[in-house]
Amino acid sequence: MGTQMNTILRTTALALTIFGLAACSSTSETEDMTPVAQESQGESAAARAARLEQERLERERQEQQRREQAALNTTVFYFDFDVAEFQPSDRETLVVHARNLASNPNSRIRLEGHADERGTREYNLALGERRANSIRDFLIVNGASRNQIETVSYGEEQPAVRGQTEQAYSQNRRVEIKPAG
Amino acid sequence: MMRKVMTLVLGLLVWNAAQAAELNIEITRGVDNPIPIAIVPFTWGGGLPPDEDVAQIIANNLEQVGEFRPLPRANMLSLPDEEAEVFYRDWRILAQQYLVIGKINPVPGGQMVEVQWEFFDINRERKVMGEVLTGSISQLRDIAHEISDVVYEQITARRGAFSTKIMYVSAEGDIGDMTYRLHLADYDGRRSQVLLESPEPIMSPAWSPDASQIAYVSFETDLPRIYIQTLATGERRQVTNFSGINSSPVWSPDGSKLAMVLSKDGSPDIYVLDLATDQLRRLTDHPRAETEPAWSMDSQSVLFSSDRTGQPQIYKVDVNGGGFPERLTFDCFYCAKGQFLPDGVKLVHIRRATRQDNSYSVAILNVETSRVITLTDTALDESPSVAPNGSMIMFGTTYNGRGVLDAVSIDGRVKFRLPSPQGDVREPSWSPYLN
Repeated sequence: MGTQMNTILRTTALALTIFGLAACSSTSETEDMTPVAQESQGESAAARAARLEQERLERERQEQQRREQAALNTTVFYFDFDVAEFQPSDRETLVVHARNLASNPNSRIRLEGHADERGTREYNLALGERRANSIRDFLIVNGASRNQIETVSYGEEQPAVRGQTEQAYSQNRRVEIKPAG
Repeated sequence: MMRKVMTLVLGLLVWNAAQAAELNIEITRGVDNPIPIAIVPFTWGGGLPPDEDVAQIIANNLEQVGEFRPLPRANMLSLPDEEAEVFYRDWRILAQQYLVIGKINPVPGGQMVEVQWEFFDINRERKVMGEVLTGSISQLRDIAHEISDVVYEQITARRGAFSTKIMYVSAEGDIGDMTYRLHLADYDGRRSQVLLESPEPIMSPAWSPDASQIAYVSFETDLPRIYIQTLATGERRQVTNFSGINSSPVWSPDGSKLAMVLSKDGSPDIYVLDLATDQLRRLTDHPRAETEPAWSMDSQSVLFSSDRTGQPQIYKVDVNGGGFPERLTFDCFYCAKGQFLPDGVKLVHIRRATRQDNSYSVAILNVETSRVITLTDTALDESPSVAPNGSMIMFGTTYNGRGVLDAVSIDGRVKFRLPSPQGDVREPSWSPYLN
């Protein structure tokens, strides 16, 4: 009875680990886990270690790939009021964009800079450009090439959200990465 | 005195036949003691009466600028249409200071009309002036504006601006599916026509000093580029194609140059394009943003905004010698989009007084006395444009969540609003005198 209970608990713990992985992984965890269940007959310790290591690397690679895809899917970056520097929390994501450009020399992007509506239109045009440039420069430093990136500022002319609230303004102060046309 | 009314054939070539809905003027604030003036309905000597009510247009004009209070028609004791029928006591009883009367008669054989109008000073019991204006029946609104200009000048000694036009930009539609239009209309928003329509933003409309051409920024190529369009023909050409921002075109008062903002050399700076030689000269050279050029009346210097000290402030630079720009604003968190009134001393601008203040208002700084008058109490003002007589400033602001055009007199006492029935309107640009 006692051992049975123990097994159930252990299984639960394992399930949680799987679940934990699932939470940050979009690829098929169940497949990853099958070898563990199959663990068996006559495999030498060394072979097993090698196989497990192989599997671990594969999982890591997939995890890495998933994170990169998530980063590449993040194409809007937000800015503080009257600030042209992107937020530090976006660094990692932008590094992925930069490496992706570096490894795909034929791909080109367009950085569209925007400002919220406060202040004058022409000054906001300048502000939108400065924001786009700050991301462009970071991408170049991290491996992208200058001729892969076009920048354009829309100033306050193309808000993402209407309204005169701080919430709306914070969504309008942004740079969007788009494929270059 | 006989005069023929000449109206410019403006922008008859319209990109889109659809006429956008007109703006409707709303008087939001007038002076405390407006001048009482009676404008009697003009009589019509033909068959079917014309569409335009000339006397009503004159009354509306004078009321809109806030300094006058036209007498309601129902209160009039008599309705004279020529001098012989004017009895001064009728108007003195009603406490009127001035009287305008007139009659319109068709000119036989055609679409022309003659408008005979007279203007009286009630206190002095004398006729100030009278004249006959001829024009086509479709020009009655122009004739009414012309009469308003004369009456205004006779009373205030300042030239009227009722015959002037405005351009403005509208944006309509859902986010991601907007239509931008550049409009031309009478100063009061009436008779609006579309000069340009685009799914991409249109910005910064500006008039050539002779009002024959306009310049603006269009994103129609997906990049901000400057265009010049001839109003009479609709013919247009792209003037710039530099990398980065190409914006803020402004003609020099002598018409020879176009100041603009280009960021081709790394950051936005002020450049001047000589329109005769196509030569481009750089006026500012600074790694921060220099933008919003505006000419001095003598075409010798250019004002601009720069955030070289952190937040934008207004500077002035000599067009010929270059030299170090002179800073003009000091006591504000954010001062931008500066433009001199015709006196060259009063600087109209957009001001956010302090960081905590968080509102952007139209203000005037006297650069000699350093005195500042804030003219508005709206929070998101931008794009001030001064009437050619220097009496009113029109600007874009936000009211009930929508972009509207507001106007304020330079002493702040008079205000009117031009809300659009749909979408946002913005960036008014007041024309020079057209007559």
